[in-house]
Amino acid sequence: MLEMSAQILETLLLIRKVDEKLIELYPTDKIKSPVHLSIGQEGAAIAALPLSKEDAVFGSYRSHALYVAKGGDLKRFFAEMMGKATGCCGGKGGSMHICDPEAGVMGTSAIVASTIPVAVGWAYANKLKKKNNVALVFLGDGATDEGTFYESINFAVSRSAPVIFLCENNRYAIHSHIKDRSRVSNISERIKGMDILSIQGSSLDPEDLYNGIQGYVEGVREEIFGIGPLFVEVDTYRLYEHVGIKTDWHKGYRKESEARKWIENDPLRLFDSKELPMWLEVMKQRVENKIEEAVKFAEESPFPEKVELYKDLW
Amino acid sequence: MNNENEKIVSYGEAINLAISSKMDLDKSIYILGQGADDPTSAAGPLQGLKERFTDRIMDVPMAEESIAGICVGMAMNGLRPINWHIRMDFLLLAMNQIINMASKIKYMYGGRMTCPVSFRAMIGKSWGQGPQHSQSLYPQFINIPGLKVYAPAIPFDAEASYVSMLEEGVPALMIEHRLLYYQKGIVPTDYLPFVKDATRVLRRGRHITLVGVSQMAIECLRASKILQSVGIEAEVITPVVLKPLDIIPISASVIETGNLLFVDNSWMFGSLGAETISTLHENRISFNSARMGFAETVCPTSPTLEDAFYPNPVSIAYKVCELLDVPYLIPELKTKYEKEEIEFKGPF
Repeated sequence: MLEMSAQILETLLLIRKVDEKLIELYPTDKIKSPVHLSIGQEGAAIAALPLSKEDAVFGSYRSHALYVAKGGDLKRFFAEMMGKATGCCGGKGGSMHICDPEAGVMGTSAIVASTIPVAVGWAYANKLKKKNNVALVFLGDGATDEGTFYESINFAVSRSAPVIFLCENNRYAIHSHIKDRSRVSNISERIKGMDILSIQGSSLDPEDLYNGIQGYVEGVREEIFGIGPLFVEVDTYRLYEHVGIKTDWHKGYRKESEARKWIENDPLRLFDSKELPMWLEVMKQRVENKIEEAVKFAEESPFPEKVELYKDLW
Repeated sequence: MNNENEKIVSYGEAINLAISSKMDLDKSIYILGQGADDPTSAAGPLQGLKERFTDRIMDVPMAEESIAGICVGMAMNGLRPINWHIRMDFLLLAMNQIINMASKIKYMYGGRMTCPVSFRAMIGKSWGQGPQHSQSLYPQFINIPGLKVYAPAIPFDAEASYVSMLEEGVPALMIEHRLLYYQKGIVPTDYLPFVKDATRVLRRGRHITLVGVSQMAIECLRASKILQSVGIEAEVITPVVLKPLDIIPISASVIETGNLLFVDNSWMFGSLGAETISTLHENRISFNSARMGFAETVCPTSPTLEDAFYPNPVSIAYKVCELLDVPYLIPELKTKYEKEEIEFKGPF
């Protein structure tokens, strides 16, 4: 675990602390948006780290992690959560629509699977413009129930679009287990025969995921793979409820024992130690300061003026 | 024809002219659609484009939602895709991307991204199009903020609508009609027109305002000829842009005539006729009004039933006589109307 690079570890910590800050703030009613927390799934977002600003990421309503990993502006993130004018969507999107085009976070959506073909189109446009940039779309296992998932892979393969389909398989679509939704729970298995390059990893091993993505991105830059797409299945687990800031073991749709493996092997347990080595202590404080600064910015920002209601419709 | 700055083309040729001229000027325009590279299945307007623009005219898999989404992504990344659907009915499979994504991207991302994507769909009619090849679903689309909806009825406006749509770069839906493709009219040869009049007056008249949407504009013009035989002069108007609607030419006309018959090219419930008449009333204009549209049932295939399903020039003329309270003129109407082709002459 300690072999993990400092960059990966710090990103994981930042993602976790951002969501924990939302939990802390939620009872104050400062957060004006439903939140779908990434806690437990941070490792999957590390896939965004090897990308450059010119590469794009897309996601679903559970996208705090990818926003942070891709370098989305933290101040504007918290401002958006609070519905402020300075938010990353000017207060018009909220948690489910965060974006930061300057950092390559090109959009997240509240409709399951709806950013999958959009990411393919984005990547395909790069191919048509002869640009060696990739699009990375995060999707849940629930999204693989949708027809557009398979249609999008089919198009990306047949046109060799440089897009990474990253499936965070956390087993649950809200409360429905994947076994109740499909005979084949392993999605890589399910798409065999679609002629797509495919790898599997775990959010408990983000270093491995980082290396896999980096290898692919280098390939795209050098056109080694003929710029075809990549499918990545990341085994992962959501520790909190589908939407909201609490755990939900009491709901009975899943057992707490199921989470044991994920809690015990959580890379961030490193920080539980009372006596942190100095470099980790520095990292922790840096992350906390960044978040405090962002929250302060958000709290001091104004709400949007009413005239904003009609702005940017066309 | 004595003006060398004009020529007569069909509606289909006008679309072809606009798209090919814009594609020459703007290398970011692509056309994606099922059969887009097949000159016969795309029903004419794309003829010759595959040879000219090769890879920018793309046939695509049968995956409406995903192809619409792919076009959204291409548009967000600086291209100008036009997503073609050979029947409006097929758009229902792409609704999620058109309404949940394309129409909302600029707004929900705080104005930081744009989505200059165009959707193009054709309404079918006659020859047994039946329940699923005849729908004209613009009432569904004009209800959506952020989506511009065009429904040009004449060649000049078809060309102008394409030019405007491709220049403006807002998410838009272009509604065409199968029966309009062969209608002829004048287009300019020395410049590319854009939409100056979002609502067009096609014919002047002082007794009644007839508003027809898409192909119903042609049926209204035919009705106006029938009405002329009993001395009723109808003003015929068609909205080129359905959303946002420019209601001013309609209000101006209704103020003059005091009578409005709105002929929707769709079912009437919750459609543009209802919307227009309410808005005029809210503006305190006093007038008599009536509406026509598709029969409140599924479009049948058999010609005898289909004839009863659509308003036609004769039924429109009858309705006008009822609205003007001159039912005694009905027997006088020259109901044996000849289905002549109507040519549109300027000035525009």
